[in-house]
Amino acid sequence: MRITTTVNGESRQVDDVWPGESLLYVLRERMGLPGSKNACEQGECGSCTVYLDNVPVCACLVAAGQAQDRDITTVEGLADGEDLHPVQQCFVEAGAVQCGFCTPGLIVAAHDLLAREPQPSDPEIREALAGNLCRCTGYEKILDAVRLAADRMATT
Amino acid sequence: MSTPATQTDTATTGRIGDSPLRPDGVQKVTGEFAYSSDLWLDDMIWGATLRSPHPHARIRSIDIGAAMATAGVHTVLTADDVPGRNRVGLEHDDQPALADGIVRYQGEPVAIVAADHPEVARQAAKKIVVDYEVLPAVTEGRAALDPTAPLVHPDGNLVRHLRIRKGGTVPDSAPVVVSLDFEVGMQDQAFLGPESGLAVPAEDGGVELYVATQWLHVDQRQICQALALPPEKVRLTLAGVGGAFGGREDLSMHVHACLLAMHTNRPVKMVYNREESFFGHVHRHPASMRYEFGADEDGRLRYGKAEIVFDGGAYASSTGAVVGNGGTMGLGPYRFPVVHVDCFGVYTNNPPCGAMRGFGCVQAAFAHEALMDELADRVGVDRIAIRQLNGMREGDENITGQLIDSAAPVGELLQIVNDLPLPPAPTGTRDLRDLPGGVANTTHGEGVVRGVGYAVTYKNVGFSEGFDDYSTARVRLEITAGEPVVTVHTAAAEVGQGLITVEQQICRTELGVERVVVHAKDTQVGSGGSTSASRQTYVTGGAVKAACEAVRTAILERAAAAARTPVAGLRLDGGKIVSSSGEVVAALADLLGAEAIEETVEWRHRPTSRIDPETGQGDAHVQYAFSAHRAVVDVDIELGLVKVVALDTAQDVGKAINPAAVMGQIQGGSAQGMGLALMEEIIVQDGIIRNPSFTDYLIPTILDMPPMKIEVLEYADPHAPYGVRGVGEPPTISSGPAVAAAIRQATGLALRRVPVRPEHITGTL
Ligand code: FES
Ligand code: FES
Repeated sequence: MRITTTVNGESRQVDDVWPGESLLYVLRERMGLPGSKNACEQGECGSCTVYLDNVPVCACLVAAGQAQDRDITTVEGLADGEDLHPVQQCFVEAGAVQCGFCTPGLIVAAHDLLAREPQPSDPEIREALAGNLCRCTGYEKILDAVRLAADRMATT
Repeated sequence: MSTPATQTDTATTGRIGDSPLRPDGVQKVTGEFAYSSDLWLDDMIWGATLRSPHPHARIRSIDIGAAMATAGVHTVLTADDVPGRNRVGLEHDDQPALADGIVRYQGEPVAIVAADHPEVARQAAKKIVVDYEVLPAVTEGRAALDPTAPLVHPDGNLVRHLRIRKGGTVPDSAPVVVSLDFEVGMQDQAFLGPESGLAVPAEDGGVELYVATQWLHVDQRQICQALALPPEKVRLTLAGVGGAFGGREDLSMHVHACLLAMHTNRPVKMVYNREESFFGHVHRHPASMRYEFGADEDGRLRYGKAEIVFDGGAYASSTGAVVGNGGTMGLGPYRFPVVHVDCFGVYTNNPPCGAMRGFGCVQAAFAHEALMDELADRVGVDRIAIRQLNGMREGDENITGQLIDSAAPVGELLQIVNDLPLPPAPTGTRDLRDLPGGVANTTHGEGVVRGVGYAVTYKNVGFSEGFDDYSTARVRLEITAGEPVVTVHTAAAEVGQGLITVEQQICRTELGVERVVVHAKDTQVGSGGSTSASRQTYVTGGAVKAACEAVRTAILERAAAAARTPVAGLRLDGGKIVSSSGEVVAALADLLGAEAIEETVEWRHRPTSRIDPETGQGDAHVQYAFSAHRAVVDVDIELGLVKVVALDTAQDVGKAINPAAVMGQIQGGSAQGMGLALMEEIIVQDGIIRNPSFTDYLIPTILDMPPMKIEVLEYADPHAPYGVRGVGEPPTISSGPAVAAAIRQATGLALRRVPVRPEHITGTL
């Protein structure tokens, strides 16, 4: 089947999509956007988190066909050219990235949290990121990164 | 040598002791970093694996006809298509790349398929018809040692038996005797980046493999054997690695992707999904342990006795070395006049077990720390005091008779965690999110009791027991666009821990040059050894330091000759050669011009030795690293739910090369230890994995993790480069036993098994 979507502000069309494919597969293997990750493909880890019409979803759980005529933003679409989004910048600065496989999903989830709640408390951060597994960091520096991003976004 | 050992350079930032940002960080936050599952070539096809459904069976026949006839399928391969010796393995090559005649565990690879689309490959694999004759299986570690047990391999079920005997015979009695049995379940590394890679056939008849691994050269050796190719025709490059924790020491899809690529003459990509990943790598050994300590009335230890059985599963992997660790460090960081330890690693028809962070010490730590608590209670002293009384000190001999010849701050680490402020006692109405059960709203505080637990543990750093443990570094200094640039090339795997940052820091420190490029990790340079055993900063760090020193010597000699001054006192600083009085002798750009200085060094730590097979005595390990944890838990005793409230730790790291990265290792390592204490277990019933998914195999989330207070000691090890001590594993060893101890303290239950499940607490098992 053919799928037409908007991805990171660009209109994209892909052909020969097998109906069983997920949005994650289409992004990664057919659109050349492997930034969204494939840690479980079971909806359990959040590494594949993307915005679908401004709502964060697990792209592995979205059938490719459901993306038809929808607006998708992936981790690749968050920076402004060479300028990282503050959430991205703060993940780097806070040392919240080790292997980084969880990072794209966490960046999208944290980006969404700060859009909804610019000054989240620690429990709010924990709740918002509870669906994103990270095996490397123990999450301490991820909390640091989100706190830092909230502060930085408040002052800019 | 006439040059100073370490530059006292001021002009360069990001040196050792600083915390420069990781060079791949920006790529990782923008999604541009290429992990092994992200690789892509225009004409690539996809591989899939058919695995055994049985823990033990004979293969009568394999019919690949229907699979081959499937539209989109390029080839189907079995053991018959393996051109070389169909055996791989880290310590013993006992594992077929594809099953030949017998399968010994559920999930063993039997056949592989290449097709246009991954789903076509998977569906075609299901059409392969294998006729199995199911055989009796042995699926429990101790049962495997029974002489009547089914044999997993013809030579018997024992992989290794390590004996340690010290100080004469164990006395018949002691004023205080404590004993226990302890069981540890099978933990998974659960790295997030699935096993994956891309194999590309090469024109010279060889193959290029881009793969996520922990040790490129040991992979290469095994692939060469299976493919019957010389090393120069099997070229490996490290692709982006999404975590490892021991689970990438053994091969997964490596040989399979290469075989498919060479048979189809197409690039072949293989990516496991999460379920397959649970079958695609070794796990942490389940352990069954029996311990007994004897002590004086005041709690001073007289003897330690232990029998440890590690279930190694169907193939040896690194079971022998895990037995080495579990045995030699099995009694913990304590002083024992008399020692009697037997540690066994056995074959069963369970999933193979091998390396995971903490490597044999993790399991033993649960037992010896539970027993130290028991001893404290029996003697009537507190749990810190009993450990401080018996704790190992610098200058002691450990249980293998090895002199502990650098810091062993057992007592101090305990004191530090003990002195850290405790979280406030709960009062008033509590936020649900702070309670066991969380927003599931299972309690508002009724039935919730608090407990505090301690643990102190130690772990060897580097490869042991006489292993030739080395790393290779190539360092090149040249002028690019008028600026000095250093390129550092090692094959040591970056798996997320931050080795690439450390390599840059060492080069900046030693050569006084700001710009350091980390060359892709590949087999075009000599082995870097394994990214495991907390060894890379020590060993590859040592190699990079040595290669930098060689480059520096060459440059300073040249500068001295050109300036007709003695080489003594010259140093490199900020891209210049500077005299002892601070005068600039030459700029590197002028001295080198278009020429590059390059040195390659193979570097070894001081040797270890094999231990005596009868007594277990010997200098088995190169370095020991110590850590202590204090855990505070709230337990809902009615539902058996646990909330870890605080997990505080102190660790001696020798020298923090990158303090921020050290913290990251300690935080992440602590989380994995806590996971084993509370929730992480691969449930294996009759050889069958019951929970191969992140739905049913739980790892700690951000809601499960408490805040962590961390204190780092830096007692330099005089034998190690910069004084470093391995960092990655110790926190995984001491955190779990502290959590288990805290739950015991809260509940008053014995809890002799981890993970502790709700039914163990409520007694409804
Ligand atoms: S890959 Fe989608 S939730 Fe894990
Ligand atoms: S950084 Fe490795 S999984 Fe989060």
